[in-house]
Amino acid sequence: MKAIDASVSLQRYFSFMEQELIPHLFRTEFRKIATVLCKHFGIAHIEIAEDIASDTFLLAVETWTFKGIPENPTAWLYSVAKNKAKNHINRNHIFADKVASQIKQTASEIQETEIDLSDRNTTDSQLQMLFALCHPSIPTEAQIGLSLRILCGFGIDEIANAFLSNKETINKRLFRAKEKLRMEKVQIEFPGEAEINKRLETVLTTLYLLFNEGYYSESQDTVLREDLCSEAMRLTRLLMKREQTNQPMVKALFSLMCFHSSRFKARKNENGEIILYEDQDETLWDNELIAKGGYFLQQAAQGNKLSKYHLEASIAYWHTIKADTKEKWEAILQLYNQLLITEYSPIAALNRTFALSKVKGKEEAIGEAEKLKLTDNHYYYTLLGELYRDIDNEKSRSNFKKALFLAKTRTDKQVIQKKIDASK
Amino acid sequence: MEEFVLIMRHEDGSKLASPEQMQSWMKQTMDWIGGIAAQNKFVAGTGLPFEDARVVRPNNVVTNGPFGEIKETIGGYIIVKANSVDEAVEFAKGCPVLQGEGNSMEVRKIAKGDGVH
Repeated sequence: MKAIDASVSLQRYFSFMEQELIPHLFRTEFRKIATVLCKHFGIAHIEIAEDIASDTFLLAVETWTFKGIPENPTAWLYSVAKNKAKNHINRNHIFADKVASQIKQTASEIQETEIDLSDRNTTDSQLQMLFALCHPSIPTEAQIGLSLRILCGFGIDEIANAFLSNKETINKRLFRAKEKLRMEKVQIEFPGEAEINKRLETVLTTLYLLFNEGYYSESQDTVLREDLCSEAMRLTRLLMKREQTNQPMVKALFSLMCFHSSRFKARKNENGEIILYEDQDETLWDNELIAKGGYFLQQAAQGNKLSKYHLEASIAYWHTIKADTKEKWEAILQLYNQLLITEYSPIAALNRTFALSKVKGKEEAIGEAEKLKLTDNHYYYTLLGELYRDIDNEKSRSNFKKALFLAKTRTDKQVIQKKIDASK
Repeated sequence: MEEFVLIMRHEDGSKLASPEQMQSWMKQTMDWIGGIAAQNKFVAGTGLPFEDARVVRPNNVVTNGPFGEIKETIGGYIIVKANSVDEAVEFAKGCPVLQGEGNSMEVRKIAKGDGVH
């Protein structure tokens, strides 16, 4: 009996290690170690930082499994990472001394280097890294991928899963992006006062897309999707911790993320199928997040720049009120008008037309919708299908069918098929 | 695709509108521009408030506003993208300014910087 007990508890112990403690520490500590080391070594050695951080966790799994978990696992990780970094520097130093003595780095300089894993430095390093990774020289999807890897501690598998791609593609993409950062000699630092606003917009775009990647991802992995969203929110919060970056548009983006994630539990059923807004059970909406979104939207109402995040957050705010009132749709229509004037996007054009139908009726909206001519977009035909419903059911159905033909993802096809079935 | 400016001309700029009228007019104008922007045909535009308007003439003669001396005045403009002047005219037809009697819309092609136009 005893032997069985022991093996059961050992199993529990292993599963705790494997499923809870290590992944948790990995999530929270990998990024700190990786960014601080990368900042220390410079962006040219981003791989070394990644390797040391990975090696540290590998050693943790090996050691802790047999010797037990240390009293303070985080401190253990930091001290191992520091030692590994020092060893690396020493090895490099020997190399520099004996092989490439022309490299001007004195021994005293190297001995003085201290890897600083304090709270302040990890936060600053992560923010500076965020600016470095969102450098305009690399494409957006690589920016997101690198941010996920370095700043969120995601594995290549997870990134591939989130992008519905494969490991090889992601590896190549990240490799090319790192090469580019090296070539451009990108510094891990806060951009100067003059440049910060320009760069901040790229950073916010990346965070916005990172959030959307989680919110709209086709990946079946719910935990992964929620993680993507909460990582985007965490990084946005980091921006709000620093005076230079705690700007109204950052708060507006954070507010938008709060409003959206408040509906996380309500927007998919247990089979992972999407539940449309009007069919959602609003008792599943997270009121705390709604309140938070409201608070930050108010905080964002400063300065004289109305960003697209302000407009989108305001639209999201109105969607937290479920009742269909004239006031609500009038407000949403005006916000979409402004959003489109600020920046055109097909999805905003379609949503604006839907709001128009709520304010001015379907007939007028059909006229406006047909001018959009977004004939390669399945949402366009879905919208027309909705507008023609009860006006011309034959046209409604034929539009839904065109939408079904154009839809690519499983979820979209399911939603459209349901509309076709309901129209019979 | 060419760019056209749609100029809103008011017969009498000095007529005062009530705040409610102003608000409703604003909303209608935004709906009109939003409809053009939804087709990705909006480029830029602005209203031109009548307050603080000045007319400058030769010999440093400056007068308040164009009102009284000329009949029509410009209330604002938008720049749109259109395939032809006819398409630009279709956009102009939707402008709420035309609800006011005597008002008009002027549609003008924007000169390209190609040395020909």
